[in-house]
Amino acid sequence: MSDWECVIGLEIHVQLLTKSKIFSASSTAYGKEPNKQASYVDLGMPGTLPVLNNIVIKKAVEFGLAINANITNRSIFARKNYFYPDLPKNYQISQLDFPIVEGGYIEIEDDCGNNKKINITRAHLEEDAGKSIHSDENNCTYIDLNRAGTPLLEIVSEPEMKSATEAVSYMKKIHNIVTYLEISDGNMQEGSFRCDANVSIRKSGEKKLGTRTELKNINSFKFVEKAINYEIQRQIDLLEDGKKIKQETRLYDENKNITKSMRSKEEANDYRYFPDPDLLPIEIDNEYILKIKKLMPDLPDVKSKFYKSKYDLTDEQINIILSNKEITNFADKILLLSKISAKRLINHFISSVYLKFNKENSLALEDLIKPNDFYLIIDSIEKKVISKINLKEILDKIWGENINISSVIENYSSRNENNLDMIDDLIKKIIEKNEKQVKEYKSGKTKIVGFFVGQVLKDAKGSDPSVIKDKIISYLDLI
Amino acid sequence: MDIYKKSISELSELINKKTISSIEMTNYFIRRIRSFDKNLNSFITVDEDFSYAQAKIADKQIAANKNTFLTGIPIAHKDLFSTKGILTTCASKMLENYIPPYDATVVSKLNNQGMVTLGKTNMDEFAMGSSNESSYFGSVKNPWDLTKVPGGSSGGSASAVAARLSPIATGSDTGGSIRQPASFCGLTGLKPTYGSVSRYGMIAYASSLDQGGPLATSAEDCAILFNIIRGFDNNDPTSNFKIKQNEVKLNLNKKNFKSISIGIPKEYFSKDLDKNISDVIDQSIGVFKKLGFNFKEISLPQHGYTIPAYYIIASAEASSNLSRYDGVKFGYRCKNPKNLEDLYSRTRKEGFGKEVKKRIMIGAYALSSGYYDEYYMRALRIRRIIRDNFLNAFKDVDYIFAPTCPSTAFNIGEKTSNALEMYLSDIYTTPVNLAGLPAVSIPVGFSNKMPVGMQIIGNDFNENGILNVAHAFQKETDWHNKVPREFDHE
Repeated sequence: MSDWECVIGLEIHVQLLTKSKIFSASSTAYGKEPNKQASYVDLGMPGTLPVLNNIVIKKAVEFGLAINANITNRSIFARKNYFYPDLPKNYQISQLDFPIVEGGYIEIEDDCGNNKKINITRAHLEEDAGKSIHSDENNCTYIDLNRAGTPLLEIVSEPEMKSATEAVSYMKKIHNIVTYLEISDGNMQEGSFRCDANVSIRKSGEKKLGTRTELKNINSFKFVEKAINYEIQRQIDLLEDGKKIKQETRLYDENKNITKSMRSKEEANDYRYFPDPDLLPIEIDNEYILKIKKLMPDLPDVKSKFYKSKYDLTDEQINIILSNKEITNFADKILLLSKISAKRLINHFISSVYLKFNKENSLALEDLIKPNDFYLIIDSIEKKVISKINLKEILDKIWGENINISSVIENYSSRNENNLDMIDDLIKKIIEKNEKQVKEYKSGKTKIVGFFVGQVLKDAKGSDPSVIKDKIISYLDLI
Repeated sequence: MDIYKKSISELSELINKKTISSIEMTNYFIRRIRSFDKNLNSFITVDEDFSYAQAKIADKQIAANKNTFLTGIPIAHKDLFSTKGILTTCASKMLENYIPPYDATVVSKLNNQGMVTLGKTNMDEFAMGSSNESSYFGSVKNPWDLTKVPGGSSGGSASAVAARLSPIATGSDTGGSIRQPASFCGLTGLKPTYGSVSRYGMIAYASSLDQGGPLATSAEDCAILFNIIRGFDNNDPTSNFKIKQNEVKLNLNKKNFKSISIGIPKEYFSKDLDKNISDVIDQSIGVFKKLGFNFKEISLPQHGYTIPAYYIIASAEASSNLSRYDGVKFGYRCKNPKNLEDLYSRTRKEGFGKEVKKRIMIGAYALSSGYYDEYYMRALRIRRIIRDNFLNAFKDVDYIFAPTCPSTAFNIGEKTSNALEMYLSDIYTTPVNLAGLPAVSIPVGFSNKMPVGMQIIGNDFNENGILNVAHAFQKETDWHNKVPREFDHE
């Protein structure tokens, strides 16, 4: 491997998060009965015309701004002509010469842990094709056009990645940006985020690119890494055997972990691209771009720096907060409210709300719990009005319910007071029963306190150990 | 009563005054179709049940005083306008059995007015042709001389209206397909500004050029229909919502004629033009001069590049637009395909006619890698120059007059073996499509007993202007009222 260097470029297809398709009013919802979400436009019925869903422009512009790219003021849809049964018009509406986003870059960590800039050539809008479902049973192919016309943003990188892990970091970064900005749901299993990889190798130090192969339609981070690594090794083996690499498109077989030839360059289509006469150019003025820019939330990279400098959060905490925009928004709100240490607050948050939300996120987070309510609970715990032990129970109680939080806290705090009387009695009894251990404590073995705490907890399940510990120490010191 | 000779306004009055019901009027024209169309072949589909059902509804509306100006009046639609539930073939074997599940915007607008669809008219296959001879359903005859073509591609609509089988009809104009048959059949035909009339539901030939419009006996009737079908449509992004003022009102005052200047492009009146046609047009210009209009010679250079540019652009777009006819989803499918490749190639080989296949091949060639810049891009540049030339001319003059065709209607079969000659018959009409401008062809006389047409070309969205000028002429002359003798009786 050492004298070979590999060069990787990625084309990522991101399905845009829209209710309706890019050129028709049909729903884009996944997993519906075949062909139930295909309108006359999606079917390419004679006489129908595409009508652009303007939301896709906004999403593409947001992505362009997120990667510091140029937004093309006048971008053009073009027809890519090829025949395939799941492509109803036998041309795909895409963009060629004037894509909506040009240039731009993101930063990743390279294999040595240094920051590395990966340039992005372009990102363009296009419609997805339908699906062909091949059945071995009766040797038939079925066509499902529900996906036909689903909006895609194709993001094309420069060939600047040098290893499979770099490619995966790049992909994860793009995934993070598009999901964070809600440009896409990023669901890889449903095909909302898929990747083609262009892979070539050359002798280290050489300038000229080697012959590349294109790996098609890989839909998980793990498989991208495996497919690229397999392909690099395959190419090295070929060249070291004195053979040549064929420029071709290859498919990755997940089960066997190999890549297989799909079609060679000679078999490639001449797509006869030309501007689509049914669609006007997309005109975007700078005012619109500025408006979008203003409304866009800070990107994960910017926020991450902010959390570190302002709140001194740990990397792990930051990663969790930034994993999902709802979580980020929630965290931002409680951070603004809280007077306690941000680290402590976020720890409380991660161990309770975050974990719970990850398990049961049927609704929007703020419909399940209000940031202000959560803050009030934590504040009561910090002031020892209620015990931390009660946090989980309180959350269960108010989760998704419209309940007044002050009355809940009050309820728990009075229960706590009753509880404390009982605990005082318990402690007294246990101290009386265990003279030997009291002596040990008195002789300086302070660790024995843990024994008393354990004994008390046997009968006072659910109480806050730290409170009990404090109380036991004060009793013992009195003797 | 000679209903067949009546204008739309007169028919509307008859219906409004309940002199005649819509059912009766519908029946009247259907009987004309039954007795005369055997010789013309101007209709592909006549669905009487459908027509009478519409007429019945119209009569109810009239009885309830809920009628519009057009309620109950019959119309024929070129067979590329999608009509829900009625065969829409585009005169192709490919769509021989195709019944659209929806109405074209133009059709639904006219249905909403209460108009009665008499049927679907013959045309060149997928609107590709200038003589109506490429129809899968056979050629259409010219009512003025049954041995001659009616022009194309809206030949069926033109023939039907000229023989007064329908008072008015829709057509579509990509390179002259409304104006040229209007000229050949002695009718008034309007090609609106690109973007004036929705293309939704109009089966596409060349998307950047196609435009629907009326074929009628007068400018007045064209105006009535145009006012209904024009306007922005949410379903057609190329329909223009910026221009709202192109509603037509025929109210041009004689006093204003003096202030109107008309350009005569010298390139259009060269020696290529038939001498007889040139004379007829000269006479009509004389009429305009008498009315006070001012004339001026202008130049529209690069005229010679129009035809090649048009055929490259139109064919390129067509090659892609017609890809969807593949035997998978709708339309013709070949018998027992061996595999996918076979399904595609045999379906298209058997389903499309010769002219369509020729244009698909020309278009695919012009777009293929290595030829794109040389053909398609160059054609687009020429298109731009042609438009600029027109816009420049409109800085000097208000309207441009031009012959509609270099000849009158030619014999059936005369040009079928010479594609180039056939294509050249569009030489005066295609520049207007490339420039996206509105133009109307009006009958201005006869040459060897066949009608001669003249175009009035206007600036963007000036349908009102060109129809007013046409109307001014028609008030002074009666060329537009001539009916071919064979059909000039009940």
